[in-house]
Amino acid sequence: MADLSLPLAVPRHRGKTLRVLLTEPRVVLAGGFLALLLLVALFAPALAPKDPLEQDLMLGTLPPAWLEGAEPGFLLGTDDLGRDVLSRALYGTRIALTVAVTAAGLSALIGTALGLAAGWYGGWADRIISRMVDIWMAFPPVLLSVLLVAVLGSGLHSVIAAIVIIDWTRFCRVIRAETINQAGLDYVTAARAIGFSRRQILFKEILPNVAPVLAALISLEMGIAVIVEAILSFVGLSLSSDTPTWGGMIAQGRQMIHQGWWVLVVPLLALFATVLAFNQLGNGLRVALDPVMRR
Amino acid sequence: MAVSPLITRLGLALVTLFGVAVIVFCLLRVVPGDPVAMMISPSATPADIAALKARYGLDLGLGAQFMLWLGAVARGDFGTSISLRRDVLELIGERLPATLELAFAALVFGILAGGMLAIFGTLCRRTPLEPVLDFLNGLFLAVPDFVWALALVLLFGVFLPVLPISGRLDPSVPVAFATPFYLLESLARLNLAAVGDLLAHMAMPVLALGLPLAAIIVRTLKEALIEAMLQDYVLLARLKGMSPLRLVVQEALRNAVGPTLTLTGVQFTFMIGGTVIVERIFAYPGLGNMAIDAVINRDLPLIQGIVLTFGALFIAINIATDLIAALLNPRQAHG
Repeated sequence: MADLSLPLAVPRHRGKTLRVLLTEPRVVLAGGFLALLLLVALFAPALAPKDPLEQDLMLGTLPPAWLEGAEPGFLLGTDDLGRDVLSRALYGTRIALTVAVTAAGLSALIGTALGLAAGWYGGWADRIISRMVDIWMAFPPVLLSVLLVAVLGSGLHSVIAAIVIIDWTRFCRVIRAETINQAGLDYVTAARAIGFSRRQILFKEILPNVAPVLAALISLEMGIAVIVEAILSFVGLSLSSDTPTWGGMIAQGRQMIHQGWWVLVVPLLALFATVLAFNQLGNGLRVALDPVMRR
Repeated sequence: MAVSPLITRLGLALVTLFGVAVIVFCLLRVVPGDPVAMMISPSATPADIAALKARYGLDLGLGAQFMLWLGAVARGDFGTSISLRRDVLELIGERLPATLELAFAALVFGILAGGMLAIFGTLCRRTPLEPVLDFLNGLFLAVPDFVWALALVLLFGVFLPVLPISGRLDPSVPVAFATPFYLLESLARLNLAAVGDLLAHMAMPVLALGLPLAAIIVRTLKEALIEAMLQDYVLLARLKGMSPLRLVVQEALRNAVGPTLTLTGVQFTFMIGGTVIVERIFAYPGLGNMAIDAVINRDLPLIQGIVLTFGALFIAINIATDLIAALLNPRQAHG
């Protein structure tokens, strides 16, 4: 009994949490990369060597600087319309991170609220919420996102809404299970014995203890959101093909794959690195913040 | 005793499928844009439009439309595709086998590759190879099918052009198929040229879909195997002088496979969802590829039919997973 509840009774000090996080290499490396990416997104206009929308058919399908036939000034080459690949990839971080933050944040908010309600209050609330989650899970996520964007119309808001409508279930399921888990532990019984109300226990005791799981889930969800946005841009259901997005660039690169592979490689590498970073950050956070796994 | 939980599961599955139907129906009624306006010439008179709406039942109230639609669906009548002007069930019948062949090939690949690597990883425990394998496993877990598919196109389609990057069968292969299950039919007829060409076209999509599955199987199965290796009966077998490989395969695997099986069932449903985008990337003529076209063309009857087919498929996989798990684990069946 004692060894089960002991790690969860560890008092949380902000400074200590930060120190623990900094000892986890995945958190430091992935977090550092993502911080860099955020800076790129914020300062894209200053960093990009060219206007990402500027077309020049005379400069179409130029290879990257280290290959024969390259033009100075186009470090990573151009696409078939003569637009600078590097500049478009740099601007693409803006859409990717916007979708990651808003979609993951909103899914977390809705999913956590419903998950806490289902896990803590149980009864009919739990039955309705759990059945809803089951029905949701019966849809193939990719198909549902395509379907939702078709219903909502294409565009950034629709993409974000589609991700939230689909992925709140990820948070709801895990937070519900974690809440039920926590509710059976000694500290909750103790809080009840002291005379805490159910609502007080939920927000002051349970919520802080599910927060580490939540942080890891949010990071993983950000990676998923970036992929979903890229997929919808690839299919042509996100932003218009003018706006520089990694998915849009990938679609263009797939079409001209035999003429200029770099148009596909550059955004694909950016997408890969970003998704990997969110993934590793999430896994690192889970290990670093979980007192049981840390041992 | 084991029958009543199964009936409960089937009942729940039907409720879930009904929920899916309601959601699909409701979602598609709020689609902006008038499907009738898209299928009729601009010179049509209001009377023509009304006649067309009546033909598709679009002039009735929502409740009446739903009952009409549900009754038709229950009879297997999914209506007529607006963009392709053909029976929806017929179209699904042509495309679903292509997707099923792809998905099952990827499932077999994922289980074989994942299973073998998990056993290999268990044998490599506490060797210098272990951290390398774990690192690679972590990397593979993070890469989704979409990224795999594109990386493979670049690798085997452009830089080392050995595989076809689009389609299901090269037109130069002279075959007339009697069924839409091209691969199974070619295998049954021992038409090796067709089998070879079909497999070459499937190779990259199968890898893209199967590698993430393999990565998850490796992680879960290896964890369970290592746990099982610590049990007394494995220790006893080891003391009797059984080789490490036989120890893992004969003793540990049987007891470790349960959690992996359940997980594989869930992952298989995700993988079928993944076929939508992977088929798109490889221009593979399956159900998913058609689904995207249907959405782009706002082809409501076709979208409904495809989504319901996927929903039913998912539920069938979940039930099959439960059944196999119960068969493999006698304790669970009685409990």
